[in-house]
Amino acid sequence: MLRVEDVHLSFGGVKALQGVSFEAAKGEITGVIGPNGAGKTSLFNVLSGFYTPSTGRVIVDGQDISGLKPNARAELGMARTFQNIALFRGMSVLDNIKLGCHTRLNTNLWSALRYFGSAQKEELELRADLEERIIDFLEIDHIRKAPITALPYGLQKRVELARALAMQPKLLMLDEPVAGMNREETADMARFILDVQEKFGTTVLLVEHDMHMVMDICSRIVVLNFGQQIAQGTPDEIANNSAVVDAYLGQAA
Amino acid sequence: MINGNLKATYAADERINNNAYKTAFVWGFAALAALFPFVANDYLILIACQYGIMVVAVVGVNVLTGYTGLISLGHGGFVAIGAYGVTIIHAGLTALSVPAGLQPFIAIPAAMALAAGIGLLVGLPSLRVKGVYLAVATLSASFIIIFLIELDALAPFTGGKNGLTTADPSFFGWVLDTQREVYALIAACAFATVLLVQNLFRTRVGRAFIAIRERDYSAEILGVSLLRYKLTSFAISAACCGLAGALFAYFYARVLPEQFELLLSLQLVAALVVGGMGRTMGPVFGALVIVLAPEFLKLTLGALMGSTVEAAQIRAPLQEIFFGALIIGFIMFEPLGIAQISDRVFRALNRWPFARG
Repeated sequence: MLRVEDVHLSFGGVKALQGVSFEAAKGEITGVIGPNGAGKTSLFNVLSGFYTPSTGRVIVDGQDISGLKPNARAELGMARTFQNIALFRGMSVLDNIKLGCHTRLNTNLWSALRYFGSAQKEELELRADLEERIIDFLEIDHIRKAPITALPYGLQKRVELARALAMQPKLLMLDEPVAGMNREETADMARFILDVQEKFGTTVLLVEHDMHMVMDICSRIVVLNFGQQIAQGTPDEIANNSAVVDAYLGQAA
Repeated sequence: MINGNLKATYAADERINNNAYKTAFVWGFAALAALFPFVANDYLILIACQYGIMVVAVVGVNVLTGYTGLISLGHGGFVAIGAYGVTIIHAGLTALSVPAGLQPFIAIPAAMALAAGIGLLVGLPSLRVKGVYLAVATLSASFIIIFLIELDALAPFTGGKNGLTTADPSFFGWVLDTQREVYALIAACAFATVLLVQNLFRTRVGRAFIAIRERDYSAEILGVSLLRYKLTSFAISAACCGLAGALFAYFYARVLPEQFELLLSLQLVAALVVGGMGRTMGPVFGALVIVLAPEFLKLTLGALMGSTVEAAQIRAPLQEIFFGALIIGFIMFEPLGIAQISDRVFRALNRWPFARG
């Protein structure tokens, strides 16, 4: 599904990524972990097209996407959420989610100006689809008309997931989906991520610091440290890898 | 539960006039506009026409600045292009002996297209620069437009500093040679512009604009091409201002370059700020304030000082001070403009008598 081949990224003298290579298998949840500043978010920004890697390639479904712009990657079915929620704050929850469907809609300028006719038909179909497939599924029906600014943090995170899911992505990239959440919210979010994988067969790539969650839901884990990939494998292998324990997990007391 | 807001279908929920008060307001406004030419005197017709032209132009600024978040201080230039465009094209069509009754149907869309084309050109920097830098870039663009219009080398086409005289438009033989008749054209165009542009924001196109305003990188991640949508926004915005310019030219039957300078651009932005940025009704309310304010000032000064030379002399600077104070006042006390006040009124009506506010 997603293959990262020897990606290097540097900003001047800072080498943010040095030879990262891994594969995220179709329909599985792959976790990316590492200490702060390890390059996890830089990796995500390379994957979503904000940074161009100095060398190396990113391949999705056999297609090299290294040179594509972010919006072209969305057309290929790549969705992501951000570490520091990047919702459209002035819009309602519903409008945010509708924007997630941008690439799936066809209304052009001229039919949009008329509205009645094809644009209205498409909008109403979209609304019904979102209500059933996303809003009920993520249990956010009570807040669909609320402005983003009125929502608590945990719900905003969920709305951002909803917006990404509206795209019907093949690859969903979640940047710290449970950062700053309490135990209950974390459990909810973990359940939603598992549901997404199960129900839609979506491939999920996940950056997260909550080790309990990562170990529980990921089938493979990639570990970064100072821009270098120091390990990859199943959760068990990672938990017993001495390099990872030294760099990140720490010894059991 | 709010009374009058029960919805059983998604179609009902997606309507714009989602309660009876709003519907009544819109139809009431339309009825007033339709009856207006039969009851109003010439002075009121003049004001209403200025208002209608202003609404069309401010709707244009709203698309770009209000919805897409790209600040422009140069929209007066697009109005100029519309006004000069329609005048020159109309004259050209006469020279080509196109039937008079068809000329405005070609000249108005052509002037709008011309403005939209120049809008695309002016919009190119918006892909790189934002905020105040873009404001400066658009401001410069409008200076260049006015400079070119006044240029001696182009004077054979544009009339230079002396301006041009616009022919009276004829719609299938109905010649609009009085202001009362042009009012019909302006009112129809103003309604159509507000409605059509409102429709944009019920679909993916308008949502993409707002997404760019709110968070451009997030919009990009969702598949919104910044290049395409920013330029589309510029083109629509310039086309609306072009239409306003065309109506202006047909209404006054005369265009002069100094009418489209910085003051006009500032008035357009002021109207938007006062009315409410990024709101359908923003331009409708804001343009009213901006058009009525000088008249109000004129009446007040007239009452205080009589129609003396001194009164006329201080009117122009007072007017600018008044606009400035208006903008500052709104930014400080009602940053979302009159549209926000009307929202509160509709909400209160909707909940009455169960709750206030």
